[in-house]
Amino acid sequence: MEKTIIIKNSSGLHARPATLLVQKASGFPCKISLVKGEKVANAKSIMNVLALGIGRDEQVTIITEGERADEALQVIAEFLETLTE
Amino acid sequence: MMEWTGIAAAAGYALGRAFLLQEQELQVSKQNLPPEKVEPEISRLEEEIRQAIEEIKMIRETTRQKLGDEQAAIFDAHIMLLNDPEYIGGIKEKIKSEAMNAAAAVQEVTDQFLSLFAGIDNEYIRERALDLQDVSRRLLRRLLGIQSLSLGDVQDQVVLVTHDLTPSDAAQLDRGKVTGIVTNIGGRTSHSAIMARSMEIPAVVGLQDIVAKVTPADFVIVDGNEGKVFINPPDDLIQIYREKQENFEFRKREFKRLVDEPSVTQDGVRVELAANIGNPDDARVALENGAEGIGLYRTEFLYMGRNELPSEEEQFAAYKAVAALFGMNHPVVIRTLDIGGDKELPYMDMPKEMNPFLGYRAIRLCLDRTDIFKTQLKAILRAGVYGNIKMMYPMIATLQELRAANKVLEEVKQELSAANIPFNDAMEVGIMVEIPSVAVLADQFAKEVDFFSIGTNDLVQYTMAADRMNEQVSYLYQPFNPAVLRLVQHVIDAAHAAGKWVGMCGEMAGDLTAIPILLGMGLDEFSMSAGSILPARSLIRQLNQQDMGRIAKTVLAMDSAEAIKAFVEREVPLITRL
Repeated sequence: MEKTIIIKNSSGLHARPATLLVQKASGFPCKISLVKGEKVANAKSIMNVLALGIGRDEQVTIITEGERADEALQVIAEFLETLTE
Repeated sequence: MMEWTGIAAAAGYALGRAFLLQEQELQVSKQNLPPEKVEPEISRLEEEIRQAIEEIKMIRETTRQKLGDEQAAIFDAHIMLLNDPEYIGGIKEKIKSEAMNAAAAVQEVTDQFLSLFAGIDNEYIRERALDLQDVSRRLLRRLLGIQSLSLGDVQDQVVLVTHDLTPSDAAQLDRGKVTGIVTNIGGRTSHSAIMARSMEIPAVVGLQDIVAKVTPADFVIVDGNEGKVFINPPDDLIQIYREKQENFEFRKREFKRLVDEPSVTQDGVRVELAANIGNPDDARVALENGAEGIGLYRTEFLYMGRNELPSEEEQFAAYKAVAALFGMNHPVVIRTLDIGGDKELPYMDMPKEMNPFLGYRAIRLCLDRTDIFKTQLKAILRAGVYGNIKMMYPMIATLQELRAANKVLEEVKQELSAANIPFNDAMEVGIMVEIPSVAVLADQFAKEVDFFSIGTNDLVQYTMAADRMNEQVSYLYQPFNPAVLRLVQHVIDAAHAAGKWVGMCGEMAGDLTAIPILLGMGLDEFSMSAGSILPARSLIRQLNQQDMGRIAKTVLAMDSAEAIKAFVEREVPLITRL
């Protein structure tokens, strides 16, 4: 399953949002990846997510595979779409 | 003697012998494991990670007790790294696929991530790289069986000299023993600087290679105010700094006691001491420094350093955060956008001007670009539901401008009402008094505003016709010029005659020599940088407003700024001692 969204948060996916994202993703049994351009990150890894260097207004695709993939996609997409600081 | 200049990271002075904390070189050698040793090596790694997490949890708890939740959160990031599937997974994968010992695998995977992070230009990522180094060193020490570094050997009253203070080191610092900190690397916002500030240990960071130039017996002076470090200074300099240190400590103790005390004169006149801020973080610092409100919330920082205008929601969140922090009893005065002139926004494509201070800026720009203005007014009005917000317009020159701005405000209120969005309909609206035309006509303006805030930085430059950025005419930048003081007195009198209050949010409001005069003139609110509040309060509490009234009257009849300053310092000798 996948969904593409745009990060509207002013500081992008750094600092707290990245940490929160990892915490949320880690709560699901399925595989969750973030794709930005050519780069793919494991959404359960803070190291991976930070290394993507996602800034404001950048496009990100969320891909989920496995158990509860449906629910995970919905939760992660909603979290990223409604980020504000 | 050697003298060094670095970044002043935490205020205060320290004098003492150097204690050199040098990171031990961790020698990691790569070994090939026989196949049957691979699984046990992974189990060993897992066990050491588990132990390392326990260590970190203990450090986190000590930090929480010493420094509070915010500092302790650094260690949550460390624990998260030791649970990171890609980091730890990568290490395990390496041990398995290359039959490598755990320590070498940790080293290699850490280096991979560090070089990845090095390519990303973002301060937050750089901080995470430091966390990663800290965590990997802890793990390596465990895997190599090396005793963890300890600050436990520190003797009394030393100055810690180290390459960089890791959060783990900082958590072990004993404030009674380590009186100052000096580091090779770091900036004002690095972990080490933040921790030094919260522990109130004077610190100078970013000294490049001072560790290599200092030996343990050396005597060190740390000047955390100026960012200076002296190695083996002469006796007379030590004497000077001992006095500075004593004064600083004395002042700090005296001022700390005033944080929750009212700003009231000997004869019972109460004034308000507020802070000038640029963002919600400043507001917290202001509160810790005893601010009784925010007298000037500069909103332009929300608009700067980015590629497009901030949205209404973003502004709303920023204004609301400050208002909520100060609560209903403490006013927060938000100034509408003061941009243009010398403060440019790259994404607005504003024309270069010959005389930016006299040009297209602040309210002039907002009345032209009502789209930008309306978005901001909406955000302010909405945030007004969550605290005691007042708003003011900058750079008003005529009554017609004030009326035009208020007309836009009315339209915005109607739009919010029509859309059923809650906002504060009764919000007080004031203006900055920074153009002489407004000061002269203050009686007319007083009828149509709820308050004035005198912006002395601009009022002085317009009154004296001296560009405050121009070095060659800097002698004319005279806040104490009797012409400026008479304008200030006139504004205060006109406002009071109409039953309105007057604040001041220029540099002058925090100037200890100006305070007695302003108090004597009847100023109601003084707004200044957070660090000036407690000294100002200390002064005001020792003054008598009636006496200051006489001083104010006298200086208004004098003929030069120099004479006025000298007179006040003679009449109120207390100023020079604060």
